[in-house]
Amino acid sequence: MRKKAWVILLILSLVFLLSSAITPAFAQDAAQTMAEAAGDHAWWFWPLVLFVVTFVLGIFAVLGGVGGGVLYVPIISGFFPFHLDFVRGAGLLVALSGALAAGPGLLKSGLASLRLAIPVALIASTCAIAGAMIGLALPTYIVQIFLGVTIMGICVLMLTAKKAEYPDVSQSDKLSSALRIYGVYYEDSSGKEVDWKIHRTPLGLVLFIGIGLMAGLFGLGAGWANVPVLNLVMGAPLKISVATSKFLLSITDTSAAWVYLNKGCVIPMMVVPSLVGIMLGSFVGVRLLKVAKPTFIRWMVIVILAFAGIKAFLKGIGI
Amino acid sequence: MAERSKYVTPEQQLYAEMLEKGMYVGLLLLLLTFLLYATGIVDPYIPLDKIAEYWHQSSTDYLHKAGIPDGWGWVGFLGYGDFLNFIPIAILAAVTIFSYLTIIPILLRQNDKVYATLAGIEVLILILAASGLLKGGH
Repeated sequence: MRKKAWVILLILSLVFLLSSAITPAFAQDAAQTMAEAAGDHAWWFWPLVLFVVTFVLGIFAVLGGVGGGVLYVPIISGFFPFHLDFVRGAGLLVALSGALAAGPGLLKSGLASLRLAIPVALIASTCAIAGAMIGLALPTYIVQIFLGVTIMGICVLMLTAKKAEYPDVSQSDKLSSALRIYGVYYEDSSGKEVDWKIHRTPLGLVLFIGIGLMAGLFGLGAGWANVPVLNLVMGAPLKISVATSKFLLSITDTSAAWVYLNKGCVIPMMVVPSLVGIMLGSFVGVRLLKVAKPTFIRWMVIVILAFAGIKAFLKGIGI
Repeated sequence: MAERSKYVTPEQQLYAEMLEKGMYVGLLLLLLTFLLYATGIVDPYIPLDKIAEYWHQSSTDYLHKAGIPDGWGWVGFLGYGDFLNFIPIAILAAVTIFSYLTIIPILLRQNDKVYATLAGIEVLILILAASGLLKGGH
């Protein structure tokens, strides 16, 4: 079973690299070249390649413990002939759909906390709208440069950020006490109930201003930033942080998605193959998760992300 | 309402159920409308073999050259296969608004005025985003 899983992973990696190798020739040059190059293929060529690549991304996202959006935007904008506006619009819808699919189960199990999410989401979603408006107003090359820098920053964060299963929160802060942000959940692994509360709520809320801005600006899901802030800054247990972060994306990305939708940044022939590809990939990823080596996959995801970040940066500065 | 875990508040359970229903309706409709579009059963506004001429341009240029209005202008194009897909996309983007609306009465019944207010403000912000009044652009 383990050997079979690795063969599947190897094949998928080859498909991904092959698709990436095909695409740069079209993605590097100016818009005119892209149009001519795209015209060389039947209309279904790029949507099909998009489906295959997003299917592989869906697997890597699950195995690497990252959201689909953070892989989708830099890789698709770097190696496909689509304008960044449409990639960001599709990226938000990909992240939104993933969050909508996971959200109900996480809320019903008590792992995601609505009480924790509501004040955080209000700030993040408001700032995501501002981020989306700024992102659509800035010249594309500027956004591309910042996207590259942000993606490389995410790689550093993934390499260095620590996680705390049960952070030590000796006392709730006044704001979280007033808002009654605390709870209890059942920990399957130990068979015990875990009480939790949070601290440093004002600082956490301030940090969500930046997270919301970046989510809207780049069309990235913001799970990579949500989890460290909820877990390390605000002191929510890791499971509560991961689950609440995933659910939170359904609110943050909704607000930015509307701005992109109203600005015409949604092309169904891009959105639907991406969405179906990444969701099917996620299903396969969950099955492979039992046999794959998470450390190796995480390293692979970091390398792919770094490569995509450098590519986005170089594209932004015109190289 | 389905059986609720003791770790979940009534408003959280209700929110989850609303989110789940909207998500299923949106995703199923998305697949259906995409099939109608991609198979050519419903003619698209932009022919499938011409779509590659647009997706490398900025959204502003795309709308201008294709003669598509921004904001909610797509509603007037629902007779076309490509714009039919905007119905489920809008449902997916709106399900959070409906989920918030369903929990506000519960929060008010519990006299949780702070969270009812926060939920109300969130609804207003999401409606503002959806309205098309907020515009960025190149």
